[in-house]
Amino acid sequence: MSYEDEDYPVDSFPKDFGYGAYDQDGLELEPNASSNSETKPRILLMGLRRSGKSSIQKVVFHKMSPNETLFLESTSKIVKDDINNSSFVQFQIWDFPGQIDFIEPTFDSDMIFGGCGALVFVIDAKDDYNEALTKFKNTVIKAYKVNPRIKFEVFIHKVDGISDDSKMESQRDIHQRSSDDLSEAGLDQIHLSFHLTSIYDHSIFEAFSKVVQKLIPQLPTLENLLNIFIPNSGIEKAFLFDVVSKIYIATDSSPVDMQAYELCCDMIDMVIDLSSIYSSEETAFDSGSSSLIKLNNNTILYMREVNKFLALVCILREENFNRQGVIDYNFICFRDAISEVFELRLKRQKQLENAEQDEDELGEDQGITIGRLNHENDTAVVSRAAKMT
Amino acid sequence: MKKKVLLMGKSGSGKTSMRSIIFANYIARDTTRLGATIDVEHSHVRFLGNLVLNLWDCGGQESFMNQYFTQQRDNIFRNVEVLIYVFDVESQEMERDVHYYQSCLEALLQNSPEAKIFCLVHKMDLLAEEQRENIFKERAGDLIRLSMPGSVTCFRTSIWDETLYKAWSSIVTMLIPNVAALENSLTHFANVIDADEVLLFEKATFLVISHCRSKKNRDSHRFEKVSNIIKQFKLSCSKLGAKFQSMEVRNNAFAAFIDTFTSNTYVLVVMSDPTLPSEATLVNIRNARKFFEELENPNNIAMNHHNHKYH
Repeated sequence: MSYEDEDYPVDSFPKDFGYGAYDQDGLELEPNASSNSETKPRILLMGLRRSGKSSIQKVVFHKMSPNETLFLESTSKIVKDDINNSSFVQFQIWDFPGQIDFIEPTFDSDMIFGGCGALVFVIDAKDDYNEALTKFKNTVIKAYKVNPRIKFEVFIHKVDGISDDSKMESQRDIHQRSSDDLSEAGLDQIHLSFHLTSIYDHSIFEAFSKVVQKLIPQLPTLENLLNIFIPNSGIEKAFLFDVVSKIYIATDSSPVDMQAYELCCDMIDMVIDLSSIYSSEETAFDSGSSSLIKLNNNTILYMREVNKFLALVCILREENFNRQGVIDYNFICFRDAISEVFELRLKRQKQLENAEQDEDELGEDQGITIGRLNHENDTAVVSRAAKMT
Repeated sequence: MKKKVLLMGKSGSGKTSMRSIIFANYIARDTTRLGATIDVEHSHVRFLGNLVLNLWDCGGQESFMNQYFTQQRDNIFRNVEVLIYVFDVESQEMERDVHYYQSCLEALLQNSPEAKIFCLVHKMDLLAEEQRENIFKERAGDLIRLSMPGSVTCFRTSIWDETLYKAWSSIVTMLIPNVAALENSLTHFANVIDADEVLLFEKATFLVISHCRSKKNRDSHRFEKVSNIIKQFKLSCSKLGAKFQSMEVRNNAFAAFIDTFTSNTYVLVVMSDPTLPSEATLVNIRNARKFFEELENPNNIAMNHHNHKYH
């Protein structure tokens, strides 16, 4: 059931059930030196000093409470953090102190931009963002040259406490100016996405969810599987979560209600916190992890472990939970299907690596392969899923 | 049974913030919106069926303080069961704080000599993690010395972590009249159903009012942590206009059940045998409800024959 690489320890979460210590050695690694890094979406987090990157990192990946980030010290040198131990997603965070230049030899842009799927640029909405926009333009131009497939995402950050009007105003302004900058540079074809974020609510998790989903080639398959699983089990809404970061990597096709998503996030927090107290922090999330919560408005929240990184959280009406057996059976079919999807990818990956194909070809080839093979999985699930009547 | 609780301390020390978090479901961040308390704010908090806390939140600005010790002296300090005095750990004018504190003690000694006294060294989050222990010890030592010949219990608190729950749980537990009977029954219940741990929470505040454990747990702060975790989740639910009725959380090592218990409590039962079906534990919890309901009801304390009621 695992899609992680064999030479990667899979038994338990690291000490703090967060992401491991800063991996400075990672700098020397070629981006595709290990197949492990290739099977996960890779995200680069950049931005000016004090734009809030460290806080984002601490809140999303280390479970720090937002108010504590006030005491984080400003990051003084170029720092590269690798957080890839226990998450489905692989992140790298780069700080850009003002004077750093792309011409500088320490900044190996081929290596940095070459292997990553998305570049998240953080802009402080409460600050004067002229400098940030200049930096952003230069970064985009450079990154696009190295890797034209990279997705550019802008987090207009720290929007808590700003009125909705001025939020929209700064988004419009930043959008306008950065697009103008790019068309001046003759790069109209680059698509930029914008997200309004804050660490004080769930917007940062929601934004990351959208970024990550763009990078998962299996996304349509995962959504498809959820779409089959849900109506057959009498479930109203389901999220497939990356447990550590609470990013949802897929959901069914019904519209996402932010409040429902927040409640599911809080449920995962609660489950992990309670489990760390009554088992141990290392084994808080294990193969037996599950949780069931009954609310007084006739709603049930049901969480099950999918694999080492992922959990499924379902929202359903209480009367539909009477047939828990059917739901559990369907869930097992769903879980098997998911692990097949990821195993295929891993197998394909290895074959390709052995054949030593060049990187570009590798990326596109995979997409097609996965797409085709997945259809078989879908039908397998259809035929196996038990129906609730 | 009404118990008068005085909440005092210098202006801005955090009295109203902590009261709002514990008793009014505020989240820590929202307390920044609270204004200064004018004069005394009274609130009645029903805490278990028969116990009502009559909370006097006394605004701490100087002019009010001086009035408390003069014109309002009798009114304020009469019939007090508990004084909770809050110190801002970063206060710049310790001398003035101490002066007011000692005036309080003096007034209490005249009007309510039986009152229990608690000091909270508050806003500990403003100190660096490694200093907290030492500074708290120092302050607590000072306060105990200043309170002579009376006795005082000190807690370190912060609204940003579980220490606040620890302090208030301890204070409230001391006010519950039949707490020993409650604890005995809880232990018996835990033995019968073979639970590792049973916690009893007050329904509105989620303060732990009684507990028992049969297995050692490495985390000695877990009660207040659990209070905090569940209260946070309860607040998340209330954003959707819902309340949770029951929860089950399990992995390969344990299964925990949180369920509505008596009309004023929730219960948490932790089992370490994951092979036991959930239903078995839930039935046991359901069966124990009636007995604990009786125990809570003061008119009907059936202490002697309780051992036979929930097998």
